[in-house]
Amino acid sequence: VTETDAAVPGPGEDRAAASDRLLARVIREESARIVAALTSRLGSLDLAEESVAEAIEEAVREWRVRGVPPNPGGWLTQAARHNALDRLRREKRYREKLPLLADPDETASAADADEPDERLPLLFGCCHPALAPDAQLALTLRAICGLTTAQIARATLTSESTVAQRIVRAKRKIGATGIPLRIPEEAERAQRLDIVLTVVSVMYSEAHLVPGGDASADRDVADDAVWLARVVAHALPREAEAQGLLALLLFHRAREDARAVDGELVLLAEQDRARWDRTLIAEAQTVLERAAMLRRPGRWQLHAAIAACHADAPAGDATDWLQVLTLYDMLLAYDRSPIVRLNRAVALEEVDGSEAALREVDLLQGDLTGYHLWHAVRARMLRGLGRDDEALAEDLRALELTANQAERRLLEGRTGR
Amino acid sequence: VKYVIMFTSTPELDAAVSPEHAEQVYRRVYEWFGTHAEKITDSGAELQPVTTATTVTHGGGAPVVTDGPFSEAKEVIGGFSVIDVDDLDAAIAMVKTWPMLELPGNSVEIRPMVVDYSHMEQ
Repeated sequence: VTETDAAVPGPGEDRAAASDRLLARVIREESARIVAALTSRLGSLDLAEESVAEAIEEAVREWRVRGVPPNPGGWLTQAARHNALDRLRREKRYREKLPLLADPDETASAADADEPDERLPLLFGCCHPALAPDAQLALTLRAICGLTTAQIARATLTSESTVAQRIVRAKRKIGATGIPLRIPEEAERAQRLDIVLTVVSVMYSEAHLVPGGDASADRDVADDAVWLARVVAHALPREAEAQGLLALLLFHRAREDARAVDGELVLLAEQDRARWDRTLIAEAQTVLERAAMLRRPGRWQLHAAIAACHADAPAGDATDWLQVLTLYDMLLAYDRSPIVRLNRAVALEEVDGSEAALREVDLLQGDLTGYHLWHAVRARMLRGLGRDDEALAEDLRALELTANQAERRLLEGRTGR
Repeated sequence: VKYVIMFTSTPELDAAVSPEHAEQVYRRVYEWFGTHAEKITDSGAELQPVTTATTVTHGGGAPVVTDGPFSEAKEVIGGFSVIDVDDLDAAIAMVKTWPMLELPGNSVEIRPMVVDYSHMEQ
């Protein structure tokens, strides 16, 4: 942790919350490396991860009281090793592994700059296609980001027991079915990397709109997602899509202060652009340019390029919608999902008008009829055509389908409820 | 690691494949077994059509014998092989080239075999 201000309480934040924030960062920096090192030593991800998770729980309890020790990585490594030894002694089936932990651990925490990042093979294992998407996310949050089961449960709106079960099953499957912890070969790389990037992106969005939560809830998991996107982009500098996702998340992160104001959601068009973080936007642009130079386009870069168009516009009505629409058309070649097509329809409305856009939106009814934003977007098109009664009905339907409090208030304002 | 790979297909979809196409795929299936001969162990079998299946099920007093496969699913198991490869990625890479996968309704299930019975000795 290089940020010296990390432990300084922000405005309105108490000391405990500030030290929790520091704690989270320290743990995040160390946890995956320790899991990786212990896994290769013991030959069991299950055992290694369990021991590290336990060490993290201990650290959270102890560091809150005594402060973070001078060498937190060493502390966690020792605690994890100790927990692993305990388990090996307790369980007969692990006895033969005891000698593996005989020598004191020399696990280096901060990696050598020339060394490939040892967290990547672990990450690819956690995001293996043989695991269900829920399990990929939960395991990544725990083994890579060092979140506790309780934190994962809050961030993904799942009960703690379900999260715990998902993680246990996923780890057992990795062990029992021989899922390798390694960066896939060139031929498989792009497909497998896309799964990793999807998990990181889902992590970001889940943190953002937890139903029932407010717009600014669980911000730290969004921060974890940006951090992880950075780790991947840094470890795989030749992978254009990894750079693309990092750029995308940085663009979104830059808008955060303008998007969530006092727990209220503010739509892109109405955001106070003076509140956008220009430093993050500049970084996002640099990352996206670096990606473009690799000349391997893909969906994450296109999503980021669309976000860049919005970042470039000095005001909502100065957006270059033709450019946005063109990028969406290109994106369709990689990603024809209904959500992408719905977003494209919004750009289409700006370029070709509400009638053309409504036709597109109506084509998506079968796929998206249970999705509140489909109704909200349809309402917007109908309003553009002066069909206000139908628009109101759609907004009310959207309201019915939304559990998130901030989104509900936004829709309530629109429907006058 | 030893895996059992189970080849399944959907008979009602198989019927739609032209005999020429089917024959061409079978030829490549034959080649596939040749290409991967080193990884395929001797255990394995191609099964007679599912219409020949007989199932014995748990019953109140005594096991019950019925005509047909154990599962109501549309997919049926057509055969299985036991392979020995480094890890699941190697198994997936091999299975992805299974020629029948170009026909709709075909899939291959990969399951690791239990090889370590040491926990039963304790």
